[in-house]
Amino acid sequence: MLSLIPLFPFAGFLVNATLGKRLPKAVSGGLASLAMVASFIVAVMKVMTLASFSPGVRSITEPLYTWIAAGDFHLDVALRLDPLSALMILVITGIGSLIHIYSTAYMHDETDSEFARYFSYLNLFAAFMLTLVLGSSVLVMFVGWEGVGLCSYLLIGFYYKKKSASDAGKKAFIVNRVGDYAFILGALILATHFGTLEFQGLASAIAPLPIEHHFGMLSIAALLLFIGATGKSAQIPLYVWLPDAMEGPTPVSALIHAATMVTAGVYMIGRNAVLFSHAPQVLQIIAVVGAATALFAGTIGLVQNDIKRVLAYSTVSQLGYMFLAMGVGAYGAGIFHLYTHAFFKALLFLGSGAVIHALHGEQDIRNMGGLRKHLPITYWTFLIGSLAIAGVPGLAGFFSKDEILFETFANGHTILWVVGALTSLLTATYMFRLVFLTFHGERRHDAPSAHDTHGHGAHDAHAGHAHGGGHLHDAPAAMALALILLAAGSVAAGYIGRPEPLGGTNWLGTWLAPVFEAPVVEATGEFAPPPGVEPEHESHAAAHEGGHESLEVTLMGVSSVIALLGIGFAAFVWLKRRDIAEGAARSLAPIHRTLLNKYYVDEFYDAVVVRPIHALSRDGLWTMDAKIVDGAVNGVASIVSSLAGALRQLQTGSVRAYAGSVFVGVVLLLGYYFWR
Amino acid sequence: MLTLLVVLPVIGALLLAAVPNADGRKDGLVRWLALAVSVVMFGLTLLLWLRFDNAAEGYQFLQRVPWIPAFGINYSVGIDGISLMLIVLTGFLTPIALLSSWESVHAHVKSFAIFILLLEAAMIGVFISLDLFLFYVFWDAMLIPMYFLIGIWGYDQRVYAAVKFMLYTMAGSVLMLIAILGLAYLNQVATGSYSFDIQKLALLHVAPRTQFWFFLAFALAFAIKVPLFPFHTWLPDAHVQAPTAGSVILAGVLLKMGTYGLIRFAFPLFPEAAAYFAPFIAVLAIIGIVYGALVAMVQPDMKKLVAYSSVSHLGFVVLGICAMNMQGMQGAVYQMLAHGVSTGGLFLMVGMLSDRRHTRLIAEFGGLKAVMPKLTAGFLLMTLASIGLPGMNGFVGEFLIMLGAFKADPRYVIVAGLGVILSAVYMLWMFQRVFYGPVTNEKNAKLKDLSPREWAALVPLVALAVFMGVAPGIFIRPTDQAVKAVVERLDAVKTEHAEHRAAPVPDAVSAAVVAPAEGK
Repeated sequence: MLSLIPLFPFAGFLVNATLGKRLPKAVSGGLASLAMVASFIVAVMKVMTLASFSPGVRSITEPLYTWIAAGDFHLDVALRLDPLSALMILVITGIGSLIHIYSTAYMHDETDSEFARYFSYLNLFAAFMLTLVLGSSVLVMFVGWEGVGLCSYLLIGFYYKKKSASDAGKKAFIVNRVGDYAFILGALILATHFGTLEFQGLASAIAPLPIEHHFGMLSIAALLLFIGATGKSAQIPLYVWLPDAMEGPTPVSALIHAATMVTAGVYMIGRNAVLFSHAPQVLQIIAVVGAATALFAGTIGLVQNDIKRVLAYSTVSQLGYMFLAMGVGAYGAGIFHLYTHAFFKALLFLGSGAVIHALHGEQDIRNMGGLRKHLPITYWTFLIGSLAIAGVPGLAGFFSKDEILFETFANGHTILWVVGALTSLLTATYMFRLVFLTFHGERRHDAPSAHDTHGHGAHDAHAGHAHGGGHLHDAPAAMALALILLAAGSVAAGYIGRPEPLGGTNWLGTWLAPVFEAPVVEATGEFAPPPGVEPEHESHAAAHEGGHESLEVTLMGVSSVIALLGIGFAAFVWLKRRDIAEGAARSLAPIHRTLLNKYYVDEFYDAVVVRPIHALSRDGLWTMDAKIVDGAVNGVASIVSSLAGALRQLQTGSVRAYAGSVFVGVVLLLGYYFWR
Repeated sequence: MLTLLVVLPVIGALLLAAVPNADGRKDGLVRWLALAVSVVMFGLTLLLWLRFDNAAEGYQFLQRVPWIPAFGINYSVGIDGISLMLIVLTGFLTPIALLSSWESVHAHVKSFAIFILLLEAAMIGVFISLDLFLFYVFWDAMLIPMYFLIGIWGYDQRVYAAVKFMLYTMAGSVLMLIAILGLAYLNQVATGSYSFDIQKLALLHVAPRTQFWFFLAFALAFAIKVPLFPFHTWLPDAHVQAPTAGSVILAGVLLKMGTYGLIRFAFPLFPEAAAYFAPFIAVLAIIGIVYGALVAMVQPDMKKLVAYSSVSHLGFVVLGICAMNMQGMQGAVYQMLAHGVSTGGLFLMVGMLSDRRHTRLIAEFGGLKAVMPKLTAGFLLMTLASIGLPGMNGFVGEFLIMLGAFKADPRYVIVAGLGVILSAVYMLWMFQRVFYGPVTNEKNAKLKDLSPREWAALVPLVALAVFMGVAPGIFIRPTDQAVKAVVERLDAVKTEHAEHRAAPVPDAVSAAVVAPAEGK
């Protein structure tokens, strides 16, 4: 039954991949969306079953078959539903369904076969992501892990005739592979030391081990897995693929950024919380990398002019928050933010898609403005998403971001808290810069039209009247439905994790808590207090007790002020005094240019990694292969052949060749025999 | 049963020879007849698999007929799981190779078909031989049809490539022959009679110093065949010049002769020497993995690119063998099969492109996805199999090999794992340049997609690549006992090898100290 959840979209993939081009769009798109909805329904049913269990024993395991068995290594393909994967499958199938439905309208200008191809990839993406979160072992997770990498390759490069698109797809796959290399090494350490790759088995084996205050085996394994996560979840130093990923159709960005792929790294750390908790130094590294990424990406986001690129950097930045949470040991808070972020980031990307759709492929915000009047649904939903991501009190992003910042502060990471708060200011600023430039003011055409470079396949057809200006269509029904539902989610989603000082019970935290501790059955009570025994609201985190409450309220106030400050600043600059922004960009030209060019990190990698390897291979190794390695062989061959010319004559014949070699052997043997 | 597998293709070849076809008018009949024989052969190999007992130890389907009794040479055949799987692979790839040449080979169709069938007979002969002399006969017999396949039906520089292939492998074979004869002689000294039977020779206790030389002779012959860095340079030439059918069989089966030889003969017959040399060979294998991948990356010719990728992939196989534990060896055997399927498939598809455009240069193509969607889909799947995407066949082998190698020495994997990144780089880069982008070259605009015949050749390969990745157990289980036997034999001496490391190099084989075997 559990296996149905990934199987539905997988079946959708198979049908669309094989028969798709003969199916009309309504059938192929409908089938794909239906597969996702079916998967969502099954997921809801299974999660309800799970919720009916008592908290200590909340898990459903479904072994399928033995995948790999060699010697003492044995690995089953098995799916496992527990509170963490339950949350994930709801997000993936729920938001995934909306993205599918939205896509039926967004991609409608494509030909039948391209349309079907798109939906087959989309289904496959969901199937792999569901495998990733449901897999009960590192290796089954890795199937999904690489699988989503593959699908991102296919979807980012969907407009394959465009070089920038296929380049971006390839970049995504290869950068991910670099992370996967580390991931596999980490998995090998675990497999070698513990003889299993089952998450449960690993957690129970690791739990009794002492916490590594010095860098030991567990720390190395954890660090390697984390490097894998930096690839998948776009953190420093492997984040470079994500901003380019916007080359794909916009709903794909929503899928990659919100519901699926990039959350995999955060999920993986949550899944292996016991391991990471045993490696405090690695946690420290994670926290610092997360905070640094959050700030770094936020600064880049501030100056980008492509609507999707701004959102892409905001994803990198928000993922940084999640890693910051994981790094300070607040796994529940990290997952909480993952979950709320899925709503508003999907909303924002789909909203940006609605804008791009209405403007026939225009993505440069310098050519937008004043769209509020023409696209009311898009505007209001986009605004809600922006308020949510900025952390305005009452919306989803506020609760989760606040919890992360609070946990960071409460665990003594004051500097990281400052970085987080600063990023929060940046987030509010660049998001509302985006809102104001896109939707407010008057329509502008400041930048050269992007159509020649950004034309979207079929959108090119009516590029001619893109700037006619007269009539802009707001999102069609299927797209509007997704936007409105996601906007509702962006408002309400946070309330399942409402902090106690505000009179809520952190229901989500309680639900997730057992996952981050060692399995109850094997571990002693010291590691895993049976959660059912305690009153629910206390089991989440000791940090919530007593004096912390007032601290939490204070911090909440601070972050609320920061969010409003950022919005106000953006409103002042980009609504009232755009000249300030332009003046700042001029007077701080070097900084502005550096930010605009994303700190030249791509150029740096190109110069330091890509080019040298290529040059080494082409001018070094290949030349060497022909001249030296092969040259030596040819040299030896010519010496031998001149010495044994007669023999060589023999060897060019058919049967004689064989006879010749036997002959040589016999002569040598007899020679040796007599000589001896 | 086993003998039938060798005799049947020979009969098929004789039948073909009897068809009067001087003017090429019966080409169709010749093709169908050859295909029929090879399909029946494949059926027989499957039947063999069906009747094979996974749980039994030792060799099965044994048959022994004295051949040259004076020297203890027997026609002695039998198989274990490793040889079984390679026989099935051979049976599987031969019809595909024939199909691949259906339209590309027009000259001397009859001889072509005869050589393919004779090649099949010889390859199966190699895998079933339990007598070293018999093994050697088949081993060299295999070279002859391949030599002609490359030399007659190859591309521009076919003669150079064929001669290089021949001389290179021959050089290794001669050394091996000396070692084989030497072993028979040692057996004579120890037991009073010559023997080439590997089951008997396995009981022979060869002094470590002597093993050193014997192992080197065997290993060198096999290393050339694999090919292990730095003995690989014949491979790109041979592959590039060979006709598609030749490349498919060369990559699919012939390269495995080298790794098969290492597992079957070099390692178990000389365990002390193997334990001594394994780290060195592992280092060469790892160099090959990275080096092959880097050189593949910059190839302008698709066939050369795939050829160098084989150097990289086979490096993994050798690394697995050198790990000398269950996971490594199982992974190596499995990877031999997986590589045969995925690389065979890649060569097949490169051949299809080359049939259409008479060029294999990547720069000549571009944008084929819009023109040939079916081929593109097939190529993508094979690319994914080749780069080891989990769920496809390449991953299982690579993972087991890395696990085994990691147990042997984690440093191996740290370097070898880079090959996993690089394989994605060179394969996806080629894929992008050939299939993505706009159609820039007019000649590509009207290319026909797969014909039914090409479809028939490709679909089994693609399906198997996926199936092997999802259910690898079916292909691993038969080899369990065989691999275990090799590993146990190596385990017995692994602990001792440290002391031999310091042993001075013997100056001649005459330094051999021979002792009778202690009964096992």
